[in-house]
Amino acid sequence: MAIDFSVNGRPVTSAAPEGTPLLWVLREELKLTGTKYGCGAGQCGACMVHIEGGRTFSCLTPVASVAGKSVTTIEGLSPGRFNALQRAWLAESVPQCGYCQSGQLMSAAALLAENPHPTREQIKDHMSTNVCRCGTYPRIVRAIERAAKEG
Amino acid sequence: MNVTRREFMVGAAGLTFSVLLESCASFRPEEKLVSKQINAWASIATDGTIFIVNPAVEMGQGSMTAIPRIIAEEMDADWSRVVIVPAAPDDKVYGNPGFRGLMYTAGSATVTGYWDIVRTFGAQVRRVLMENAARIWNVPLAELGTEPSTVVHAKSGRRMSYGEIAAVAQLPAVAPAIKPEELKKPEQYRLIGKDVMRVELPSKVNGTALYSIDVQLPGMLYGAILRGPVEGTSPLAIDDARARAIPGVVAIVRMPFGVGVIAETPWAAFGAKDALKVSWDRRARAFGHDSDRAVGVYAAAARDLTRAGKPWDSAGDAPAAMRTAAKVYEAEYICDYTYHAQMEPLNSVASVSPAGDACEIWCGTQSQTMAVAAVAKALGIAPEKVKLNLTLLGGGFGRRGHRDEEFVVDSVLLSKEVKRPVKVLWTREDDVKNGRFRPLSVHYLRAGLDGSGRIVAWQHRVACDEITAFQDPVRYKGGGERDFLAMAGSELRTYDIANRLSEQLPQQTGIRTSSLRGIGFGPNKFATEAFLDEIAARHGLDPVDLRLQLLKNTPRGQAVVREVVAMSDYRRPRPGRGLGFSFIDYSGTMVAAVAEASVDKRSGAIKVHDFWLALDCGIAVHPDNVVAQTESSIIYGLGLTLTERISFKDGAVQQSNIRDYGVPRIHDIPELHIKLVSTPNRPTGAGQMATPIVAPAISAAVFAASGARVRHTPFLPERVLTALA
Repeated sequence: MAIDFSVNGRPVTSAAPEGTPLLWVLREELKLTGTKYGCGAGQCGACMVHIEGGRTFSCLTPVASVAGKSVTTIEGLSPGRFNALQRAWLAESVPQCGYCQSGQLMSAAALLAENPHPTREQIKDHMSTNVCRCGTYPRIVRAIERAAKEG
Repeated sequence: MNVTRREFMVGAAGLTFSVLLESCASFRPEEKLVSKQINAWASIATDGTIFIVNPAVEMGQGSMTAIPRIIAEEMDADWSRVVIVPAAPDDKVYGNPGFRGLMYTAGSATVTGYWDIVRTFGAQVRRVLMENAARIWNVPLAELGTEPSTVVHAKSGRRMSYGEIAAVAQLPAVAPAIKPEELKKPEQYRLIGKDVMRVELPSKVNGTALYSIDVQLPGMLYGAILRGPVEGTSPLAIDDARARAIPGVVAIVRMPFGVGVIAETPWAAFGAKDALKVSWDRRARAFGHDSDRAVGVYAAAARDLTRAGKPWDSAGDAPAAMRTAAKVYEAEYICDYTYHAQMEPLNSVASVSPAGDACEIWCGTQSQTMAVAAVAKALGIAPEKVKLNLTLLGGGFGRRGHRDEEFVVDSVLLSKEVKRPVKVLWTREDDVKNGRFRPLSVHYLRAGLDGSGRIVAWQHRVACDEITAFQDPVRYKGGGERDFLAMAGSELRTYDIANRLSEQLPQQTGIRTSSLRGIGFGPNKFATEAFLDEIAARHGLDPVDLRLQLLKNTPRGQAVVREVVAMSDYRRPRPGRGLGFSFIDYSGTMVAAVAEASVDKRSGAIKVHDFWLALDCGIAVHPDNVVAQTESSIIYGLGLTLTERISFKDGAVQQSNIRDYGVPRIHDIPELHIKLVSTPNRPTGAGQMATPIVAPAISAAVFAASGARVRHTPFLPERVLTALA
């Protein structure tokens, strides 16, 4: 049974079984590989996407649950140009291996959408869902602060 | 592939990356045409584009930018016109001299290992361009100079771009010789020592960066493998009835080390793997291994001085000096097994030809040539029949450079089975359960002091699982069967101690082991530096003065010590908190650190508030990236020190994912204060140098704050409580 939803503003259809994690549908069926697999258990945040604007672990989201909804992935965060957050990420040279960074950016974008001028503590609270094994945390904090200021 | 030298060098309009790559791959150094060696590293197109080869892999450490920057510096290339090309897998051309000519990105050895040869190559290209300009203008070479990508004749005001020269260049039969003193001096650098955006960074903020897990091929299937719980076991009985019933499952394959599932979709592959019921051959050695029990076994071996250890490093006569010392101190330290937890779980993609006589692979390996060799061996074909597509690595930390490259061979074996491209995905649970770990180690140390309080004898006995023999039998045998991955860092050459002995009591457990960021320096520097802090406290010495005394022959070491003392305002007391100091010399990189911590005496929880670190790695090719790598290696060390541990019951790993392993999160990070102490010395490593200093600095801070000596990493709250009691 096909499941219809939208990704980055485009209508899509998935043929995957209902319980399939949205993550794998995005990556392997829709070929949107910017969203990453890290733990499959909502423990690392590499798979973070926005569903109806709210950040969600796509690895814990059954594809059937997004029927009729709108999903945004890193590819749809700011198509064609870097937004203020991405520019701040580059200005602070945040990424190292880069693998977790799509998830970090999606989490950070959700934070700034709710709270355009977060305190440092609010940034750390919010971003604690996302693991970066390279330890880019100090730069993530600085980049979010920079984006809040320059955004 | 028959490319004339001139076409190759000049880069005619039709020159493409694939031609360039094939040319490089087909290049044979035994031809001894040195001029070709220039070309194998760099090529200039007539439009001014400069192709520079990157021999390393990129896993976040920045080599992809750093090595081409060094070549571009000596070429005097315009960096904005540089295009970076991955090196073909060929040790003879691209091997790292620091690893005896192996293409292997590890050990923070890329910049330091390639430093001399790539600068020479860059200078040779520049010289050839200048010689051509001299010929065209009919002026002496000595009158010419260069500006970025331009040869300049100041006397006549004439200028010619590298692209213009490339269009008409003649190549010498033999590359010009460049003497070391003809290379640029640091004060002439335009690129080295200046910050720049790493070349792959934009792709890492918009989802376009390509890792092997992202590779998509037409007709590709998905593989998952259920491996045995321990190394060396194999499946006895396989019940795959439920697995086969899952829609989309294509094949289930018995493998020597497990059971492979091939399916149309990843979810079908994972589902079928989970549905397998397999019993395992119990004869493998690691069955029965219990890490809690092993601590006692290792400790007994380390403490039993009648048992000769395998010598790693020695100077003078430590046992004799110990016997005549005025005072002998001893202590024991323990480090648990730890896991890499690179963010990208292991995976690879392979497409084996239907006849099984050729193969294409996509993977993120730390060694291009090891990967090709392992695949060739698995298929019984020549390495030339294996085409490697190297992707970015979602973290490495030592996990991806084992000689058997098992996670690469996985997809090759399954692709061969079904004669279609296969992407093999390890789940995070697979990555933990089938991990290869920094070993459990127990360290027994003794130090003898003379009547004036000087350390005159030092003995360090390390009982741990062997690493190098498992990880890389080739390098182990070739290197005199020395377990350098376990023992590195137990030598104390920088310190002024006349009689020293470090030795290994290797434990054959059958546990899968690995280099891990900081290798032996991690456990060994924890033991030696924490012990020095104890000696200072017990003998009434100041920990900083003790190190300065030991560093009396190492001015660069003294300089970072003084720097970090000033940065941290070390002499100012912090009520309710403790400061812990430590110093290490990591392969020539000097590192000193101060941690500020407090201890909750009821719960045993440690909070690290601030961490100061001064580092001298000689010339920093990319200073901000050295800072980034230092932040990274401190945070990695923080996890190893406070929370991360792997334990075993009956040979099987007890942890399963990110949370129960315990990697640091953003709110766990202290304020970091990092200072590069820049000196004009040859560059040494920068990628992991801070990791080993974190545990001893924090252990000293915990002692200063609470009086508790924690001697077992990670410093779990219950261990702190025991130490407080």
